[in-house]
Amino acid sequence: MIKVRGLAKTFKARRTAVPAVRGVDIDVAEGEMVGFLGPNGAGKSTTLRMLATLLRPTAGEAVIAGCDLLSDPGGVRLRIGYVGQGNGAGTGQRVREELVIQARLYGLRPAAALLRVDELLARYELEALADRMVGTLSGGQRRRLDIVMGVLHKPGLVFLDEPSTALDPQSRNNLWQHIRSLRDEHGCTIFLTTHYLDEVDALCERILIIDDGRIISEGTPDGLKAGISGDLVTLATIDPPAAAAAAARIPDVQNVTLDGPHLRFRVPGGDAVVPELMRALESYGNNVLSVQIQRPTLDDVFLTLTGRSLREADAAPVPS
Amino acid sequence: MQLARQTALILLRSARPWYRSPIAVFVGLSGPLIYLVLFGPLLKSSLGGDSWQWFVPGMLMQLTVFGAAYAGFSLTPELRNGVMERLWVAPVSRTALLLGRVLSDVAQLILQGVLLLVVAVLFGFHTSLAAMGLALALVAVLGAGLSSASYALALWIREENRFAPLLSMLLLPLMLLSGVLLPMESAPGWLHTLSRINPLTYVVNALRAITTQRYAADETLIGLAVTIGLGVACAFWGLRAMAREQT
Repeated sequence: MIKVRGLAKTFKARRTAVPAVRGVDIDVAEGEMVGFLGPNGAGKSTTLRMLATLLRPTAGEAVIAGCDLLSDPGGVRLRIGYVGQGNGAGTGQRVREELVIQARLYGLRPAAALLRVDELLARYELEALADRMVGTLSGGQRRRLDIVMGVLHKPGLVFLDEPSTALDPQSRNNLWQHIRSLRDEHGCTIFLTTHYLDEVDALCERILIIDDGRIISEGTPDGLKAGISGDLVTLATIDPPAAAAAAARIPDVQNVTLDGPHLRFRVPGGDAVVPELMRALESYGNNVLSVQIQRPTLDDVFLTLTGRSLREADAAPVPS
Repeated sequence: MQLARQTALILLRSARPWYRSPIAVFVGLSGPLIYLVLFGPLLKSSLGGDSWQWFVPGMLMQLTVFGAAYAGFSLTPELRNGVMERLWVAPVSRTALLLGRVLSDVAQLILQGVLLLVVAVLFGFHTSLAAMGLALALVAVLGAGLSSASYALALWIREENRFAPLLSMLLLPLMLLSGVLLPMESAPGWLHTLSRINPLTYVVNALRAITTQRYAADETLIGLAVTIGLGVACAFWGLRAMAREQT
């Protein structure tokens, strides 16, 4: 669905060249849900805006949904859906009317446009709002409306730029369900940017991590997490030093630390290792009082890859 | 065909807010109307009998210039939230994105122009229907050009709080120098020269010639040429701005 080679974008700001994207390769197969993760200013949105024909790349080539990005941007536009960071519907427009115009801009005839709009209004729980002004909708409702605008023409590939930013947890969960059903029920390929780790966990089968305009890592969320440092296991036992000695004998265990009654260590696949360790400890009469297994977060991944946590990277000044 | 269809859709989208709440139409009309009612009668005593014939075309141009120049204000919020981005990603001609908006502005302008002329006639302005039609056509071309230019500026500046002062800085001298409020003939030499450089001077002179039915007069022909030239140049500027890469 997406095949990108050496895509780069350099902005000119007051005669100095500011490289925003420094040559990225991206491959996304049909039906995949791929996340593009990175701190603010890393080049996520710039890359996405290039793929969606909004920005002209300074170098590289790309084939999007079967059309060449540089020679056939019109073909790309017809075949993709794009949900930007902002709200795509005008505040002074009525919901249904704005959608019908959008559908007709994509070439649907009036009757077909109306039919399609009403179908999507129902599916996205917006039918009661069809005649309301867009400006009176809540944040979550407007975000669902944005998604409807992006998929009216049944695109095979949908780009989402930070879809759940500024939404409350309930609206986020609801939005995630809709995004998942786009793929599961309608076969869309989804490519989304985010800097929320829980969003990646909720929506992406594969992630690309971008920092400073380059893709620095790629893999499944679980694979990236497992490859880094393993799960963090916290055990409270009646004889912590003995438990620590037992844990240290397990292959691949790292960072064994004692903190009062609590023993902590990292081990890949902790959910399989811990039951075995517990059986061994209890057979010596070293009863386990509590146990906790924490999967490494993508924040841990980012920290290991760049030496900065995502939050620190966000706090750093963004090159304008 | 495609272009016409897309332009019609953008025109419909742009016109809906103002034809749904016609208050906007009257707010735009209020400036020239206030001049007509509160300033026009003063001219009658100082300029003499034909003052309405002289003054009303100027108010028609003021309506056009101010209405069209502020057209860009409908674009800035749509640039800031994601509306324009969404439209740029759609397979829509950039020409249609500009033309639809401009045609909506021109439609509103013509409606306002008709209302202004009706009020003017009630106050004692006299002219023929043909002359009014021709004057409105000229004003439509000027309005289309200026609203294109306003969109080009809005695409460039993007923020209302920088856009508004720039516009008033440009518009006030342009209006005063075109001689819509008082005849430029009585101006000192340097001021008169400045007014000759202002293209709007030729437009308002043509409007005065047209409404007194001097269709073949030099003023009419020169004003027509200036208006079309200005309109075409501004349209190209607007189209270039709309089609440019939006960073």
